[in-house]
Amino acid sequence: MSINTEPITLLNAEGIYSANKALPLAVDAVDATALYRDMVMARRVDTEAIALQRQGELGLWPSLLGQEAAQVGAAHALKPRDVVFPTYREHGVAWCRGVNPVDLLGLFRGTTLGGWDPTANNFNLYTLVIGAQTLHGVGYAMGIVRDGDVGTGDPARDRAVLVFLGDGALSEGETNEAFVWAAAQNLPVVFFCQNNQWAISAPYSVQSKISVAQRAQGFGFAGVRVDGNDVFACLAATEEALAAARAGEGPTLIEALTYRRNPHTTSDDDGRYRSGAENDAWAALDPIDRLRTYLTSTGQLEEAILEQISGQEKSLAEQLRSGCRALPNPAPASPFQNTYADLPLDLEQQMNEHLEFVEAGE
Amino acid sequence: MSATSTRMPLAHALNLGLRHAMEADDKVMLLGEDIGQLGGVFRVTDGLQKAFGDHRVVDSPLGEAGIVGSAIGLAMAGYRPVCEIQFDGFVFPAMNQIITQLAKFRHRSEGRISVPVVIRIPVGGGIGAIEHHSESPEAYFAHTAGLKVVSPSTSQEAYDMMGLAIRSDDPVIFLEPKRSYWLKGDVDSGNSPEELQKATVVREGQDLTLVAYGALMPVALKAAEVCQREGRNIEVIDLRSLSPIDDKTLIESVERTGRMVVAHEASRTAGLGAEVAARVQDAAFHSLLSPVIRVTGYDTPYPPSRLEEDWLPGLDRILDGIDRSFTY
Repeated sequence: MSINTEPITLLNAEGIYSANKALPLAVDAVDATALYRDMVMARRVDTEAIALQRQGELGLWPSLLGQEAAQVGAAHALKPRDVVFPTYREHGVAWCRGVNPVDLLGLFRGTTLGGWDPTANNFNLYTLVIGAQTLHGVGYAMGIVRDGDVGTGDPARDRAVLVFLGDGALSEGETNEAFVWAAAQNLPVVFFCQNNQWAISAPYSVQSKISVAQRAQGFGFAGVRVDGNDVFACLAATEEALAAARAGEGPTLIEALTYRRNPHTTSDDDGRYRSGAENDAWAALDPIDRLRTYLTSTGQLEEAILEQISGQEKSLAEQLRSGCRALPNPAPASPFQNTYADLPLDLEQQMNEHLEFVEAGE
Repeated sequence: MSATSTRMPLAHALNLGLRHAMEADDKVMLLGEDIGQLGGVFRVTDGLQKAFGDHRVVDSPLGEAGIVGSAIGLAMAGYRPVCEIQFDGFVFPAMNQIITQLAKFRHRSEGRISVPVVIRIPVGGGIGAIEHHSESPEAYFAHTAGLKVVSPSTSQEAYDMMGLAIRSDDPVIFLEPKRSYWLKGDVDSGNSPEELQKATVVREGQDLTLVAYGALMPVALKAAEVCQREGRNIEVIDLRSLSPIDDKTLIESVERTGRMVVAHEASRTAGLGAEVAARVQDAAFHSLLSPVIRVTGYDTPYPPSRLEEDWLPGLDRILDGIDRSFTY
């Protein structure tokens, strides 16, 4: 028996907006052009990175194609002091948070295992161990509680954590532990699951018999299922959930039902496990197309704006290409210096031996 | 015993160390199973929830991955969490968070992210316990770059090292010898302690260096006493820090004595004894009169408690190891 609730759509694939009492949104107050711009840029980052990988400049790239609405919609609900814990595919969220997109590339180029300062934009480093970040987000939320920054009603104080995870991560034990902790302690954390329906080659049916959103109920908190290709629905759901979290009402699990249009990463051969027909069906539900249609039909997207966006895209692409090639190799001493706060004597000796070895080879 | 010293069991010294650290810095907080209301199954956190409240002494859900994973998040939010893992054998569900996350954040972030988490674990056997309650998992941690691994052997060391571990900006695995929890010793809370990463010579001698840590320290000192009566002068070193290892103290000693025995409860293969032996033969080969002898647990899982007395490296097996060194 499969139990599914329909995901809530506000902006449908034809670009028509319909309000829904279940997911209120002050749509006239939304800067839809900004959403559009950010989705276009997120896709451009992704497209350029794939090209860079094909050219041998990156070893690997996990594409977000098709997931732009989920990421940009969620990101636009954030306040500056909210803190994000991403997986490794949230390039759209990174873009919205103000992370330099060139900084996302180093991890995949092999010049770093991190790439940016998590505190600069309240956007943590990518986590490659599936689900591990859900507990870090929970712990951070415990810190916010202890700081007293929940439920004060003061918008300058109240803050929350936004944890991203995929459909596969819900099978990991640690993710389930994160749900247990968040619920039992009523933590200010929103779990945003992009159910892109594939964990490499495992379809969602391998992970669960019921929808992502319904699983929250078992832990004791609310689950909301939205159309992950509808930026308005993702924005509305995340705004509501983050507001509730900041107010001290506890966690929410948002399921943004979307589709991973590209393979898991550039190293994956998805023709081996899924049909092109499924992909084509989801192409017709494209998140950017439907928003463009809506903006055009509501007179919000004049030629001038489109040209400006196109120009911004081009310069972003150039910035990524030149920025990628300019990413510096780490110094041979850096792993030694960054393992501990103070370099232990025996590790220092190893470092000196290593540096001599490296120098001798030059 | 100085005027400012109090005699107390090792478990109480840990409690005092935690209390003082929490008084000194209100970012220090504790999390673990049964540490609040119950005060911990060994009472190490007794009275602390009452003193500091349930926001700072957290009775956690039953999940070691959750304990360590949340501690990492708390550290990122500016707190200094001290986790308790209830028993050595139950640290394994937390290994993913410890090894792939806790140990690696500083390195991954090129020094930007500090995760000053202490993980306290009661370790070791000799208490007649059931399965999973007598483990010695130190090698897994010592082999993981990015972790500091320490083990106090006396009440004074327990008090001092707790403070040092909490103040360290690195993640520290703090291995408490549970069989020594009720061993009494003097504690001077005003003591100026040795740095965390130092080994200490607790008994000077010229004929052989006996290295041990944790619960085997009293046994090692007993072995030295017995040898004294037989005319052999054993130098006893408390390793204290299992990662990083204080090579300097070990090498300086063996260069004088020419002989070394290392004792640990943990299984023989790939244990800390192997690491010490490798370092010593590398740095002091020509000073050695005999090979470095290891007296350890066997390469079996920890046995049923009816067998543990002979399985563990006790006084007799350590004396045998010392004798074997002198056959060379």
